[in-house]
Amino acid sequence: MTGWIQHLIVAPIVLPLIVVAIMLAFDERRRELKRVLGLSTTVALIAISALLLWLVAGHPEAGIEPGPHVYLLGDWPAPFGIVLVVDRLSAMMLLLTNLLGFTSLFYALARWDRSGPRFHALFLLLLMGVNGAFLTGDIFNLFVFFEVLLAASYGLILHGSGAMRTSASLHYIAINIATSLLFLIGVAMIYSVTGTLNMADLASRIAAVAREDLVLVESGAAILGVAFLVKAGIWPLSFWLPRTYAAAAPPVAALFAIMSKVGIYIILRLSSLLFGDGSGGAAGFADQWLVYAGLATIVFGTIGILSARSLTQVAGHYVLVSSGTLLAAIGIGGQALTAALLFYLVSSTLAVSALYLIIEPVERNADEEDMIAGIAEPVFDDEYTGALEEDESEIGVVIPGTIAILGGGFIFCALLLAGLPPLSGFIAKFAIVDALFQAPVIAPTSWMLIAVVVCSGLATLIAMTRAGIDLLWTPADDAPARLSLIEVAPIGFLLAVCLALMVGAGPMMAYMEGTAAALRDPAGYIDAVGQAPRFGEVAP
Amino acid sequence: MEIVLSLAIGILTASGLWLLFRPRTFQVILGLSLLSYAVNLFIVAAGRLRTDAPPIVGKDTPADSALYADPLPQALVLTAIVISFATTALLLVVLLASRGLTGTDHVDGEEDDS
Repeated sequence: MTGWIQHLIVAPIVLPLIVVAIMLAFDERRRELKRVLGLSTTVALIAISALLLWLVAGHPEAGIEPGPHVYLLGDWPAPFGIVLVVDRLSAMMLLLTNLLGFTSLFYALARWDRSGPRFHALFLLLLMGVNGAFLTGDIFNLFVFFEVLLAASYGLILHGSGAMRTSASLHYIAINIATSLLFLIGVAMIYSVTGTLNMADLASRIAAVAREDLVLVESGAAILGVAFLVKAGIWPLSFWLPRTYAAAAPPVAALFAIMSKVGIYIILRLSSLLFGDGSGGAAGFADQWLVYAGLATIVFGTIGILSARSLTQVAGHYVLVSSGTLLAAIGIGGQALTAALLFYLVSSTLAVSALYLIIEPVERNADEEDMIAGIAEPVFDDEYTGALEEDESEIGVVIPGTIAILGGGFIFCALLLAGLPPLSGFIAKFAIVDALFQAPVIAPTSWMLIAVVVCSGLATLIAMTRAGIDLLWTPADDAPARLSLIEVAPIGFLLAVCLALMVGAGPMMAYMEGTAAALRDPAGYIDAVGQAPRFGEVAP
Repeated sequence: MEIVLSLAIGILTASGLWLLFRPRTFQVILGLSLLSYAVNLFIVAAGRLRTDAPPIVGKDTPADSALYADPLPQALVLTAIVISFATTALLLVVLLASRGLTGTDHVDGEEDDS
């Protein structure tokens, strides 16, 4: 594998960065240009991630070996320089991220990108941070990408301004700065014992760590883990999450659905690399904690869903339920369960994102006044304030039959979230339960997980039905909401992807099985990083 | 020297945590800054304490790791300082915006009724 295809690995990070740099040269009066740039970048990112997915699957006829591909930044040999690694798991997460990025940005064109300056630039920077976090193979570099994505998310939370957003983001930023400090403490502790920050190198060294030093590595990993668990929204560290996501603008919240999955991804990655079967005394560290914390999170999220007064609250707590399910499943482990949880991860992320997008048009009738009040005057005036207020014409075609379309989409979303057949949500939950039953001895925690997964689905169904009757079934006094094609198209697209996930469940599960097998046996990952050839050494 | 450093880290962390749990936004920011100083010192300590040792191997000197300081924690601290500066500055702006919008510097944007 030589030439341009090697450099493709770095493209999901560099491309948004370059486009953002170009965008900053234009002010808000060139909004159309920014829109074109932003959308075409997200389309290009989807294409690049699809290509990377094709790359890791391996194509012997094209001379491409299956397995992880490594990019040495600055051409430094692996443990010394920073590496980017794309393997089956990260390629899949990249594709998921960029799909959500495209749909959310498309949705934002309806009007959300006009409620504050530099929306497109922040949006692309967030994508860059998430892509980087999925690609990096170095824990300190991971911290840097986390900060990139967090800094962009601070800006996006504040997008549109208003008192509620500001106070929610004040909490959000303070919590995230504090957890970033925990992250650094964990990194420093791990470094002080093992002397390396490269994940693959760490994995090969951790088995050789002396017994008395193992405690230090484990406590470092635990502190690191707490930082990721806060991002993933585990109980009791999750109180900020529903409130923050509810305060964000809908397309932003839809993209944030992937941000809690970044924490899950890292925990999955590190637990398979550092605390897998081959890591000596450290094997299986903290698995039981993950299971109990995950179960508690599902219970908390379920109660939250039942007590929610608005759909944004339902969505926020559903994020918690899905995080809890994933964490508990990671803790229980096993290859079949890992494959099932990956399927659930993809399905639930798409479903939550679609729900966040559909909430706003559904609730638009109910509180039109609140909506307008939500977008307050900016506190700080800048040269762009005038430009944002210029044209208020609705772009896109306003389509008839609003209630029918919204209702259809809403039912679709409800079925997906509750995990009812025949949609992908059901397949995902069924796969999890099935994998739990495959174990020779079913542990009590497995029974508990099955119980809470089923109960959380029921609670979601009840909450969604209640909200649906309230918002869509009861006849409204005023005329039905206006709905533009620009808003319907991304929702339809996301639901279509879920439908494709259901139709193609067989091949998808096969891919997840392969991913789970690679996670169970990290030797391929470690070797790929350790033996990555420097670019200068590749024979022409 | 170890005792001085660990005391410094401990005092900074304790003061930072105490300030972090205060109800006023400005105190929260100061607390976060103190905490980040403590963490930066901790990272430096992770590379073992050495004074007067160069982090870069010279051309003519022997490449014996006992003679040199670990350069990596210094690079990490540099990155961490820059990032925490940036995020603290951003938090400060949000604090001002919150003060402007709500008219109070309470972290919840409203005073308790008591």
